[in-house]
Amino acid sequence: MQVTGLQEFLERIEENKGDAVIALAGNPNTGKSTVFNSLTGLNQHTGNWPGKTVVFAKGSYRYKKKNITLVDLPGAYSLLANSADEQVARDFICFGKPDATVVVVDATCLERNLNLALQVMEITPQTILCVNLIDEAKRKKMAIDFSKLADLLGVPVIPTVARDKVGLLDLKESIHRVVFEKQLLQPRRIVYNKVIESAIEKIQEEVEVLVHGSLNSRWVALRLLDGDPTIIREIFNHLQRMDPGDQQSKRALKVVEDCG
Amino acid sequence: MLDQVFALTYLPIGRKAQVIKVGTEGLIRNRLLDLGFVPSAIVEAIRKSPAGDPIAYRIRGAVIALRSEESRQIQVRVVD
Repeated sequence: MQVTGLQEFLERIEENKGDAVIALAGNPNTGKSTVFNSLTGLNQHTGNWPGKTVVFAKGSYRYKKKNITLVDLPGAYSLLANSADEQVARDFICFGKPDATVVVVDATCLERNLNLALQVMEITPQTILCVNLIDEAKRKKMAIDFSKLADLLGVPVIPTVARDKVGLLDLKESIHRVVFEKQLLQPRRIVYNKVIESAIEKIQEEVEVLVHGSLNSRWVALRLLDGDPTIIREIFNHLQRMDPGDQQSKRALKVVEDCG
Repeated sequence: MLDQVFALTYLPIGRKAQVIKVGTEGLIRNRLLDLGFVPSAIVEAIRKSPAGDPIAYRIRGAVIALRSEESRQIQVRVVD
């Protein structure tokens, strides 16, 4: 299964991107689109059924004299994509090079939602966690220690109730700091077991040469070890887009295509 | 039944169990892990569809329906 149109969309974004591009990611039904609408003032259709946001939606807002382009991605449980929706979200976060990614999570089921947040943090340190629906969590008598969560994750954590526009100013401020004031983020690194870590170590240097800074080499090394052909193909497609003259990625792409 | 490890498919409705192991490979395994079926997670069997398959489970705050071909791959131990 191949989702086309990423390239076209990236070009469209590039044409008119303002001062920064921010991706909005999150599990299905966490209120991503509500956050999107509240920030941009757009009225993209939202509703409580799965697969609602099937294509990218783009909007913008202005904060502290900066024009921010916001991209609302389809809901995803994971970046190790299984469905077309998840593939779209993954490709944009991995290859669209947003200036920051806001992961919207449902405060009432944090544990489930943090899986995606950790996966995003593994790709890019420019991650902000937006803990939405905190009113629902309060109603369910759940207490969340936001500063501890921020400490544990190493990224900003912003509590919101997007429906009632609570916390959105904090979110805009946090995005501003990360993108324009270069607030240094040090996301918690996921350490795998010894076998995997030593395998990463073995190939990371070579991977680094291959990606020359355009992708996170540790993340690419992990995906190569995973061996999922769809994502490996996208990695080399991306490298070809970045540098069409790069013979190494051209050869690698051919190997992947030949393997099916 | 306590201490015994068995496939999630056989967890009676209304009972809770702890995930011990996800026995598949590849995409299905990833999907199950993404949905929250990771070792030590607590899962509760909620209800059966009229035909008995799929079965709805509560896992990490959400209700997820699994076909028996998937739930058979998840090893659990009863906790309540």
